[in-house]
Amino acid sequence: MIEATGLRKSYGTTLVLDDVSLALPAGRCLALLGPNGAGKTTLLRILAGLVRPGAGRLRVGGVDALRDPDAVRAQVGMVAHGSFVYEDLTARENLRFWGVMGGLDASPAHLRERLQAVELEAVADERARTFSAGMKRRLGLARVTLGRVPLLLLDEPFTGLDRHGQKWLVEFLLAFKAAGGTVVLTTHSFGGGLAVADRVILLASGRVLLDRPTAGLALDELHRVYDAIVEGAGTP
Amino acid sequence: MIAYARRTWIVLWKDLLVERRSKESLNALLFFALLLLFLFQFALGPDRERLHAALPGLLWLGFVLAGLLGLGRSFVAERDNDCWDGLRLTPGDKSAIYLGKLAANLVVMGAVEAVILVLFGLFYNMDLVSVAGPLGVVLALGTLGLATVGTLFAALTAGVRARELLFPVLLLPVQVPVLLATVSATQIVLAGQPLVDAAAWLRLLAGADLVYLVIGILTFEFVLDT
Repeated sequence: MIEATGLRKSYGTTLVLDDVSLALPAGRCLALLGPNGAGKTTLLRILAGLVRPGAGRLRVGGVDALRDPDAVRAQVGMVAHGSFVYEDLTARENLRFWGVMGGLDASPAHLRERLQAVELEAVADERARTFSAGMKRRLGLARVTLGRVPLLLLDEPFTGLDRHGQKWLVEFLLAFKAAGGTVVLTTHSFGGGLAVADRVILLASGRVLLDRPTAGLALDELHRVYDAIVEGAGTP
Repeated sequence: MIAYARRTWIVLWKDLLVERRSKESLNALLFFALLLLFLFQFALGPDRERLHAALPGLLWLGFVLAGLLGLGRSFVAERDNDCWDGLRLTPGDKSAIYLGKLAANLVVMGAVEAVILVLFGLFYNMDLVSVAGPLGVVLALGTLGLATVGTLFAALTAGVRARELLFPVLLLPVQVPVLLATVSATQIVLAGQPLVDAAAWLRLLAGADLVYLVIGILTFEFVLDT
């Protein structure tokens, strides 16, 4: 689904990503870990076709992302920090807007069904301004599942979610994967990341310091490896 | 084509709904219009001849200043919660977003202009009803000219820190042909002359509107991605 080779990105003189390569088959989930400023969000935005890398090659769903970013964007459902929510619209109106904009089914019945799926049907007609961060994330997830995108890109999806919300999100992502969907997420929640990811990549200062499958990787071990790498105590 | 029209319509619907609920632009614009009227009243005094000579310019000064305030804010909501990126990720021709935004701006500006006109009529004891038709034509063309470029430049400057400064600096020089033609045509109409006497100015106005509209449609996707 994703093949990236030698991705590099700078803003002015600041190098944000340096020679990042990754490969992720369809139906798998990749968790991007790393401290603040590691380049996780920039990498996610490059994968979405929102930011053009300074160097490297990227194919998403068989499409050359640098030549045809519009074709890549059509395959992507993204929930960024802000979740693309209009504060003065209700949850239902937000979904209707993005549904029509995406050329998707925005019928009342479908919107109701999507709101039920993210457990927001009780507040469907309340303005998003009154929602917590976790509720806005759920609304963002309802938006990206209005259609059938093959790739979900989620920027810190566990942030702001309570325990029930985190459990719900894990189940939601596992079901999405089981249906053949691919997920790339950034997270500081190692437990949540490990619960859904098949592979973890640890980024620091724009470089990939660790890339390994999660099979057999315990949470304690991940914490230990992360601390060792990020604190510069050595690489495993 | 139907999908394009639906996307244009939903952007218009969303912007008007957000404006109706937040009332951010309308409240500020109406207060601003009232303030201008009081200022003009004090500056010009009771001399009616002087007032009538200055009225077309004052009217458009009010419209342009109110337009600068309103248009400048038209993309602020898109910057909140990363909605700008959401728009970039939507498929299809992005000019539908531009046309939806333009239509919403025209509706808001039209409402503010109607209020300003009524207040002008009341404040300065002017009969605007008898010239309502020709004046409406001039206002419609002038407002379109202001909004086409204003919507594009509002998008261009939305992500810039000094957008309140940069927006008018970019917009006003480009608006010279529109302002020249609208003020002149308004002067002719308010003097009670037939609309045909303002035909040359209206042709210039219509031409500028068309050019600005085409430029907006063709360049909006680039502006959105930049």
